[in-house]
Amino acid sequence: MSTTVISVENVSKYYRLGLIGGRTLHDDFERWLAKVRGKPDPLLKIGQEDHGNRKGEYIWALREVRFDVHQGEVLGVIGRNGAGKSTLLKILSRVTAPTSGQVKVKGRVASLLEVGTGFHPELTGRENIYLNGAILGMKSNEINRKLDEIVDFAEIDKFIDTPVKRYSSGMYVRLAFSIAAHLEPEILIVDEVLAVGDVSFQKKSAKKMRDVSTAGRTVVFVSHNLLLIRAMCTTCLLLEKGRLITKGDPNSVVQEYLSTQYTTSLFRRIEEGDHAYGVGKVRVNTVAIVDEKGEVIKDIKYHQPIQVQISLDVISHVPAGKFSLCIMTMEDARIIMTHSIDNDDDYHELVPGRYVVNIQIFNGLKPGDYKLEFGGHYLPSTISLCHIPDALHFRISEDGLTPGDRAAFCNRNSLVDGNCKWELQFLT
Amino acid sequence: MSDTNWTMIIRPKRGWLDLRLSELWQSKELIRQFVWRDFVSVYKQTILGPLWYIVQALLTSVTMTVIFGNIAKLSTDGLPQFLFYLSGTAIWSYFSACLTKTATTFKDNATLFGKVYFPRLSVPVSILISSLISFAIQFGLFIGFLIYFKLVGASIHPNTWILFTPALILMMAGLGLGFGIIVSSLTTRYRDLQYLVTFGVQLMMFLTPIVYPLSTAKGKFRLLLIANPMTSIVECFRYAFLGAGTININYLLYSLGFMFVVLVIGILIFNRVEATFMDTV
Repeated sequence: MSTTVISVENVSKYYRLGLIGGRTLHDDFERWLAKVRGKPDPLLKIGQEDHGNRKGEYIWALREVRFDVHQGEVLGVIGRNGAGKSTLLKILSRVTAPTSGQVKVKGRVASLLEVGTGFHPELTGRENIYLNGAILGMKSNEINRKLDEIVDFAEIDKFIDTPVKRYSSGMYVRLAFSIAAHLEPEILIVDEVLAVGDVSFQKKSAKKMRDVSTAGRTVVFVSHNLLLIRAMCTTCLLLEKGRLITKGDPNSVVQEYLSTQYTTSLFRRIEEGDHAYGVGKVRVNTVAIVDEKGEVIKDIKYHQPIQVQISLDVISHVPAGKFSLCIMTMEDARIIMTHSIDNDDDYHELVPGRYVVNIQIFNGLKPGDYKLEFGGHYLPSTISLCHIPDALHFRISEDGLTPGDRAAFCNRNSLVDGNCKWELQFLT
Repeated sequence: MSDTNWTMIIRPKRGWLDLRLSELWQSKELIRQFVWRDFVSVYKQTILGPLWYIVQALLTSVTMTVIFGNIAKLSTDGLPQFLFYLSGTAIWSYFSACLTKTATTFKDNATLFGKVYFPRLSVPVSILISSLISFAIQFGLFIGFLIYFKLVGASIHPNTWILFTPALILMMAGLGLGFGIIVSSLTTRYRDLQYLVTFGVQLMMFLTPIVYPLSTAKGKFRLLLIANPMTSIVECFRYAFLGAGTININYLLYSLGFMFVVLVIGILIFNRVEATFMDTV
C-alpha cells in the first residue's frame, strides 16, 4: 500500500452570512453604543431577529469531511456549485483556515488555482516567470534550470522579453499554465484550469498533468468537465452541500453525481406568460420528452431517439396552419429545425379542441445541454399562431458512450455526431 | 514512513505566537522578486524613470523653502533652509511610503492572497525594501547638496553620529511597517481606515519636526512632539549630517521601544488576520 500524503480529518468550515463587506467602523461603533445602552441594534433591518452576536447566520461550506489521499493518486473533486469544492482546495492550499478539524500533509504543496494570478502586466514574460515561480514557491536556480522548458512549452519564445500586457490572452494563459506545470511539488492542487488555449494546447496540458502523476506525484483537482475527470483521475470524490457523499472509482462516482443532479423529469407545463406573443389562436399546455410507451423520461442517453410530445388547445378555427420545432444549444445556435409539413406538403386545417403533437427526432447530438423552441404559423402570409422560445431544457447524458466516442468528444468542437461512413480507396 | 512524519499540519486557529517567521526567511527569493516588480513597474514607460524621485524631492524642498522659509520665516536652527527641508523631505517620504504602502497590503493583494499561499509578511517587507531604493536616490541627492553647501562654506558640521544612520533607517522602517500592517489588518474589517491613513500621515508630518526644528517648540507642544516616535529620528538624522538639532539618547531609546511595541502588535494582528482574512475581505 502506498503512503498517505494528505490526510483530511473531520474538516469543517463555516462562513457567516450577511456580515461580509459593507462593514464600517462607524456602524460597529453604533452597534456597540446601542449595546452598552441596552438598546436593540439600530442597524438591523425591520423584521430581522436580533441574534446578539449574530450566531445562526452561517452556512457550512464543508461539514466533517474526512478522507486520505495516497501518493501518486490523481484525485478529482466534483459536485454542484456551492458544494464546497473550492473551499476544500482553499484549505488544502492554506489560503484559508478550517473552522474545525485538521489536515496533515506530507511534502511540498503547490496550488494552481487560477492561471495568471500574480502576473504583473508591465513586466516581461521572462520577469514574470521568475516572479510567478517565486510566488508558487520555486527557487531561482530551479527556475533558471527550467526556463527554456517553460518558454518552449508555452510557445512564446519570440515574445519572452515583451511585457505581458502586450500578449494575446492565449499567450498569457499558456505562459501561466506552463510555469505552474513545471513546478515540481510532491502535491499539486488544481482548480479548473485545463480548459485553456487552443485544442492542441489543451491536449498538451492534459498530457503534462498525466506525466505529473506518473512521476509519483499527487494531484488534487476540481473540474466540472466530467469527461476529463473520467479520463484523468484514479479516484474521484463527490461533495454535496459541504458533505462528502462518496469517494472511489471515477466512473461510478460520476454516475452517482449525474443521477443526483437530474432528478427533474423532462416535462414542463407551459403558462400563458411563456408564450412569446400572448395566446391567440393556439395555446400550448405541456411539453415533454417521452419514451416509446409515451411515458415521460428523466434523461436522454447518447444516440437514444428523442420523442417530443406537445399538448395544445386550438382556440379558434385555423384553415391552414403548421407547427415547427427547433433544437438549440444553450447559446441559441439552431441545430435542428423541423416543420409539421415537412413530410406532406399541405398545411393542416385546425378545428377548435385539444391536440397532441408527437415529433420523433433522430438523435445525433453530443452529450451536453440543449433546449427546445416550439412555434406555429398560419396562412396567408405565415402569421404566428404561437411561439414558445424556451419550451424545455434537456440533457444528453454520457450513458452509452464508448471510450472511443469519449476521446473523440474531448477534442472535437462540433455539435452533432453525423454517424458518417468513411472509405479510403487507394487508386494508383 | 511512519504516521508522525507530516511536513505540515493545517489547523483551524493559530496561536498568537505561532508566527512562522522562519517561513518568511525562507521566502527571500520571493521578496527579491516583489522588490524588483515594485521598482520596475512604477517607472516603466516613463521618460525620467527613477529621476522622478529627484524631481519630487527637489520640488517639495523648493516649495517648502519658499513657503515656510521665506514667507512664514520659520527657524531652521541656523542651517541653510534648502538643505534643512531637503533632509526632512527625504527622510519623511521614506517613512510615509513605508506606512501608506504597507497599509494596503491586504486590499491590493486580495486576489493573489485568495489563490496562493506564501508567507504574507513578505509583501510588506518587500515594500520596505523597494521604498529604500527611492530613499537611496533622494538621500544621494541630499548628500550631493550637502557637499556643495560645505564647499561654498555654509555652517554645517557632519559628525560621527552619521554612523548611526542605518539604525535610524531601520527604526523608520520598523515604525512604518508596524503602523502599516496594523492598519492593513484592520482595513480587512473596517474600510474607513484606508482614508484615515492618507491624511493621517499628512497631519503627522506637521507633528514631526520636518518644516521646523524641535528647538522652536515650547511647553505642551514640545511634549507632544517628543511623544511622536519620529521626532527623535528626524532630529538625530539632521544633527548627524548638518550638525544642528536636538539629540537626546533617551528620546531615541523611547522611539526604539515604541517601534518594538508597534512592530510586535502589528505582526501579531497581521498573523491573526492572515489566517482567515479571505473570508472577511
